[in-house]
Amino acid sequence: MKKDLRLDRFEIRLSGLGGQGILTLGRIMGQALALEHGYQVAQTQSYGPEARGGASRCDLVISSQRISYPKTISLDLLVALGQEACNKYFAHLKPEGFLLVDTFHVTQTPTNIFWGLPFTQMARKVGLVQTANIVALGALTHFLPFMHASAVRKSLREILPAKIMEINQKAFNAGLNRAKKEYQDAPEKWKFF
Amino acid sequence: MAAKSRKKRTTEIFALGNEAVVEGALLAGCTFYAGYPITPSTEIAEEMSARLPRLRGGVFIQMEDEIAGLGAVIGASLAGRKAMTATSGPGFSLMQEHIGYACITEVPLVLANVMRTGPSTGMPTSPAQGDVQQARWGTHGDHPIIVLSAGDVQECLHMTVTAFNFAEKYRTPVILLLDEVTAHTREKITLPDPDDTYVFSRLTPSMPPEWYLPYEDNMRGVSPMPPLGSGYRYHVTGLIHDDHGYPTSNPKEVEQLMQRLFRKIDQFFYDIQMVDEIMCEDAEICVIAYGCVARAAELAVQQARERGEKAGLLKLKTLFPFPRPAVEKMIRKCPTLIVPEMNMGQMSREIKRVNNGQSKIHTLNRVDGQIITPGQILSRILKG
Amino acid sequence: MAKVTQLIHNYLRHSKRFPHVFCPGCGHGIVLGSLIRSVHSLGLAKDDVVLVAGIGCSGRIPVYVDFNSVHTTHGRALTFATGIKMANPRLTVIVIMGDGDALSIGGNHLIHAARRNIGLAALVLNNHIYGMTGGQSSCTTPLGSYSTTTPFGQLEEEFDISRVAKVCGSSFVARTTVMQARHMDKMISTAITHPGFGMVEIISPCHTQFGRKNRFKTSVDMYRWLQKKSVSLDKFQELPPEKRKDAVVTGIFEQKDCIGLEEKHARMRRELRGET
Repeated sequence: MKKDLRLDRFEIRLSGLGGQGILTLGRIMGQALALEHGYQVAQTQSYGPEARGGASRCDLVISSQRISYPKTISLDLLVALGQEACNKYFAHLKPEGFLLVDTFHVTQTPTNIFWGLPFTQMARKVGLVQTANIVALGALTHFLPFMHASAVRKSLREILPAKIMEINQKAFNAGLNRAKKEYQDAPEKWKFF
Repeated sequence: MAAKSRKKRTTEIFALGNEAVVEGALLAGCTFYAGYPITPSTEIAEEMSARLPRLRGGVFIQMEDEIAGLGAVIGASLAGRKAMTATSGPGFSLMQEHIGYACITEVPLVLANVMRTGPSTGMPTSPAQGDVQQARWGTHGDHPIIVLSAGDVQECLHMTVTAFNFAEKYRTPVILLLDEVTAHTREKITLPDPDDTYVFSRLTPSMPPEWYLPYEDNMRGVSPMPPLGSGYRYHVTGLIHDDHGYPTSNPKEVEQLMQRLFRKIDQFFYDIQMVDEIMCEDAEICVIAYGCVARAAELAVQQARERGEKAGLLKLKTLFPFPRPAVEKMIRKCPTLIVPEMNMGQMSREIKRVNNGQSKIHTLNRVDGQIITPGQILSRILKG
Repeated sequence: MAKVTQLIHNYLRHSKRFPHVFCPGCGHGIVLGSLIRSVHSLGLAKDDVVLVAGIGCSGRIPVYVDFNSVHTTHGRALTFATGIKMANPRLTVIVIMGDGDALSIGGNHLIHAARRNIGLAALVLNNHIYGMTGGQSSCTTPLGSYSTTTPFGQLEEEFDISRVAKVCGSSFVARTTVMQARHMDKMISTAITHPGFGMVEIISPCHTQFGRKNRFKTSVDMYRWLQKKSVSLDKFQELPPEKRKDAVVTGIFEQKDCIGLEEKHARMRRELRGET
């Protein structure tokens, strides 16, 4: 069992195209961290006028103390589910921050040091391509040492409608297991101050 | 003897600023919402449409435009309901005539305006603070009004409750200014125990109907307000009226009405003025901010303190009536003040007016649809 | 005092200083009389009646009557009435508007109130002109007529108020004139008891502003003209096409069984709350 860590403004950006479920992903993560783990979380978003396509991003600031400024300043983790988002936001990453990409959509990463899994392909294998965001959520649960699978599962159940629960749980497990297998020691790489 | 302890019924939720407004409204006893969808305020309408019909007598109605939305809200309030609407820039402009109507007929209501970049259609999904002076002076004619602002999600809830309390207490429309950032930030908030929440409801007349004068002056300047259909038949009009509510152009009666409208807000100024003084005790340089910018300012002030600067933050929660005494106190204390705003200087105009040349006032304006960052404010503080 | 005068006095506000604002020869007083007779004949309590009016000459009607009265903003009376009716469906809400009020500035609200089929009785007092502001043309000023803003004659087509209401879904639509007091009483009573949106268009001449500019020497001339032009719907259908042109058709154009929006809301609430 992972221990609750003390965090001081840990900043995550989830980015991709509109329609990929970026905001849902952020909401599930945010709720798990805020309500189950008891962190202070500020989730902000930015989106274009289109409901599908266009750039979409969702930022999370996670802290053990009260968060004054709700937006991100420099990122600890950038999750890019699209090439364009990856190029655009890479510069906002801290030197000691990490990049997680969907290797299906992001073929050219700006750095060799990154974590990558083919979320979209994995989602297809699960049976529904729209669950790529939840596959990513599973992977994130492994990469982030302060986020427990049980908490995320609970918030997943609370937010998603019951009739699509089963396939999303499958997607979540697929992401979690694959990340555990391929990046076993990843959670130990973070430096928390 | 200690009172029997009771388990507090508080719940934590992870909610948007807009959703927190709905929670606050329901907590305050709001049972009526009418409005027209407009980004970035739509979540308020959506949440209301799902919640209100489940309440006894709760009504949500989507109207044909914002004018109709506020019209229906005024109607419902006259019929005795606690009612609200929400909108953003263009819709707020359309509502101005009815705000004036509610001012002169003294109809309690709450209007949440989620500010987006303007003028006109502007940038619908980008934040701004450009409606501050419009909230004060948007409707024509002389009128007092209460304008509140909220900067974080928990505050959205509390300020909505407060807005309803002020509206009901002073029989006036109350405008709650949010901005796109606050409205679309999701945070953990605590829903307070309803039994611990102070909720004020308008006073209704207790005298026999034939003695009742709907607009009679009294010590508070606010007369009791019966719901339509309760036996107190009276006339409501947007014309200048006497204390029966009948139209008048008698200079004495006109003067009396206008003076009373202003007095009922002015004499309760200290009840309405709400500010937060953050690290202000020994401050030598003070940032005055409101809304989401106050959050950036709070971090900037913390960082400035870490670097040895004696910085403080005065966060305005009541924007109008302008919290002059609180601002004057900081002006007397600090030789330098910084006013960051996401407009070209709408609140700094008020602060400069009060300052009257005593201290240095630096404005920090940003109008590109982006929130002012703590870094920007910090470097302004360090420049002195 | 005649019995009918006694009746009307029973409903007037004696604390309000008369005289009223209406010109000699104005039809609006006849409408008010008819409204009072209708409310009285239906046995409604004064406390349960709310009169909501817009701006203009017609907007001044409610102040004289001892009901709950709301004098709103120009064109928006229906929006206030919607709020009142939804907030308290027990109330009988009667909306009084002028032609400019209901169809020019407030056209959108009329369209949508009719579509929503909310339980309001809307009386549209059509005098073909903006009376209070001094005789400017309105959306119902007939083609070729003169007003202070159409000194060379109106070039635009006029609105047929009843037809607009009908196509927008109003479940009760009728037209009457101030020359047919009994018919008007009946139409107003029916609109009040109708469960959905009921609209009555009432032709109420304005001699001061419209008549003088359009060759009616006296208000009596204007009333005679109106009487001559009025024809009931049944008779109108028998008329040959060439005689139909300038006729003022009166009668009921639409009457549908329905339930009002406020009742639908109440049913939805009961269902959601598990009450039967």
